[in-house]
Amino acid sequence: MVLPEPGLRMEQNARSLTLSGHVGFDSLPDQLVNKSTNQGFCFNILCIGETGIGKSTLMDTLFNTNFENFESSHFEPQVKLRAQTYDLQESNVRLKLTVVNTVGFGDQMNKKESYQHIVDYIDTQFESFLQEELKIRRSLHNFHDSRIHACLYFIAPSGHSLKSLDLVTMKKLDSKVNIIPVIAKADTISKSELHKFKMKIMSELVSNGVQIYQFPIDDETVATINTTMNGHLPFAVVGSTEEVNVGNKMVKARQYPWGVVQVENESHCDFVKLREMLICINMEDLREQTHTRHYELYRRCKLEEMGFKDTNPECQPISLQETYEAKRKEFQADLQRQEEEMKQSFVQKVKEKEGELKESERQLQAKFDQLKRQHAEEKSVLEEKKRALEEEIFSFSNRRAAAELLNAQTLNLKKDKDRKNTGFL
Amino acid sequence: MQATDQREPYMELQEGSDSELWQSEVITSFYGNMADTAKTTHPQPAGRPEKGAEFGYVGIDAILEQMRRKAMKQGFELNIMVVGQSGLGKSTLINTLFKSKVSRRSVMPSDEERIPKTIEIKSVSHDIEEKGVRMKLTVIDTPGFGDQINNENCWQPIMKFINEQYEQYLQEEINISRKKRIPDSRVHCCIYFIPPTGHCLRPIDIEFMRHLSKVVNIVPVIAKADTLTLEERDFFKQKIREDLRVNEIEVYPQKEFDEDSEDRMINDKIREMIPFAVVGSDQEYQVNGKRLLGRKTRWGTVEVENTAHCEFAYLRDLLIRTHMQNLKDITSSIHYEVYRVRRLNENNTHPSDQPNGHSNGVPTHEVLSHEM
Repeated sequence: MVLPEPGLRMEQNARSLTLSGHVGFDSLPDQLVNKSTNQGFCFNILCIGETGIGKSTLMDTLFNTNFENFESSHFEPQVKLRAQTYDLQESNVRLKLTVVNTVGFGDQMNKKESYQHIVDYIDTQFESFLQEELKIRRSLHNFHDSRIHACLYFIAPSGHSLKSLDLVTMKKLDSKVNIIPVIAKADTISKSELHKFKMKIMSELVSNGVQIYQFPIDDETVATINTTMNGHLPFAVVGSTEEVNVGNKMVKARQYPWGVVQVENESHCDFVKLREMLICINMEDLREQTHTRHYELYRRCKLEEMGFKDTNPECQPISLQETYEAKRKEFQADLQRQEEEMKQSFVQKVKEKEGELKESERQLQAKFDQLKRQHAEEKSVLEEKKRALEEEIFSFSNRRAAAELLNAQTLNLKKDKDRKNTGFL
Repeated sequence: MQATDQREPYMELQEGSDSELWQSEVITSFYGNMADTAKTTHPQPAGRPEKGAEFGYVGIDAILEQMRRKAMKQGFELNIMVVGQSGLGKSTLINTLFKSKVSRRSVMPSDEERIPKTIEIKSVSHDIEEKGVRMKLTVIDTPGFGDQINNENCWQPIMKFINEQYEQYLQEEINISRKKRIPDSRVHCCIYFIPPTGHCLRPIDIEFMRHLSKVVNIVPVIAKADTLTLEERDFFKQKIREDLRVNEIEVYPQKEFDEDSEDRMINDKIREMIPFAVVGSDQEYQVNGKRLLGRKTRWGTVEVENTAHCEFAYLRDLLIRTHMQNLKDITSSIHYEVYRVRRLNENNTHPSDQPNGHSNGVPTHEVLSHEM
């Protein structure tokens, strides 16, 4: 009787039984596989490497198609990521493959921020999955999972050791994604140099505490091959989509004047190993690790950051709902307070304005009064003057009248005199 | 002054401050057939292609093998509930279905054999294995159902139990640190036993199924079908289907969850046959030189697995051989989600139902509108 794995929870009263006949639930894995086939699969690969190191070519070779990539320039101001999604099909399996390439990695003069955009991209994918999972009405089985399942890190074939950019980037990513380092353009390294190079790389990774993806060895069916492959990391790969005629067969290869490097020849490079490990044997495990380890870690950190906890200070489990409630009350109290404050400051402002207006009104009134008074004063002064003038006119006209009378009298007397004088003659 | 609409105070989707941070081009429907030749080699059980694989083989279909391997390693869980009055043969049927003594009766000590005064919910778990496939089967029995004098609201304790299982799963799911595999105790299937009156559904049947069909997959069966002749059986089934239709009770397989036309065709055939008329037995008899499960009477032997005699084989095929995964899927992606929506909405003042997708579990906050 096979003992159940620790993952399967055991009831206190669960008994192990033997069946007395064929029941038929051995078809259950088939049912599961059928369902998954109908739904289709989803796989996302992130390729990190310097411009021109052969990321796109390797992808083309791995999936045996032409992904229509174009060369990127070396003059990008910062690292960008380009994601392309493809629907592939092989026999009855449909795969939605997303290939994310870095653009401009390693080209900048100052590479301090190179890894940040990559980390941000990975986090964003986790975030969108988390958002969907936390939604009230969600549709997880229809959701296009864009989380990165595997990260191929392309190491330049210098033959010496890892670059510091490589170490820094891998260290930042190792808790977020499954890193599979590969040595690119491996046809520039000879076999002996390659062995030394691989040892150097692995020891550097170990001494810097970088956790790369280890192929799982807990399942007996694949444990042996995975253990062997773990010893061959990092894989030295060569990519090519061109075919060359070798011994009456057309194979994918790179043709040089001194010979032909065959991509699928295991003694020439580790391409076949990579394909087998990445796709044929461990694709499902990569997806599972992403979901159960990296995503869970992200989720836990994110939720804790937002202040949610599983246990309150008295070490009693709080439900997320309680925390929501508490936070909501807190937030609403906050809102309430802000509203109050705003109201008060509004009232204050109104008062002030009113005061100001009153003040200026009063001032205006005062001015008006003053003007009025001035006006009245001037008026009375003018009246005075007018009266004085009138009096003067009056007295003047009196005098004139008097003068005229006098004049008339004088004239009359003169006339009398004249008459008198003429009478004598 | 205008306050912003604060729907997500805590979760800011980081879309990158630079709009040209990444460009996402979705090139869909790139149906490149990987293999140049029409035939692809099928992988060996270990998932490795044959050496000298044809040019162009990538190995994507090996993922099926990987999934199968993972499923075998993890094992499966199935929770079945049986509901019906006592004496209808529930325990026998379950024992027959799983060809072993899985029912409650087989586990409990004999001095407990009495009809309880209230409905009890008793669940028993077993680990069974067949051809390398391990399954943890939990049978949930409901002794006392329908046995009281006053059976009003008899469905309530059962509904409560089912909801408790959903609640348990939900609580585990919203934990900050959650288990790698959340133990699934949700009821995947509820077999409801209809006594073979031959007439129509009784009020208790209708009441129960009406309430429970909304939260769990109900598979109704006619119990002790060897008391009905074939004509009586057909008439009874028709009547039952009519009653179900009139009362708008959707039993498994539910019409609205058919995914595509192929599904619909298969399920339509099943819908023509429900409720299955079953006979259970855990005793073997010699019939025509073969040992078969059956019930021996003076006038003949009812063979349980003979489809001309009763429909046990169809029920078994439906529940176990073809639709088991589907039962679990409908429970987890539909019934559980309905429960979850209801539960999470209870804690909000406003149901967060915005169509463009920002309805997350964080409760919405009232939009402040100040017109200053």
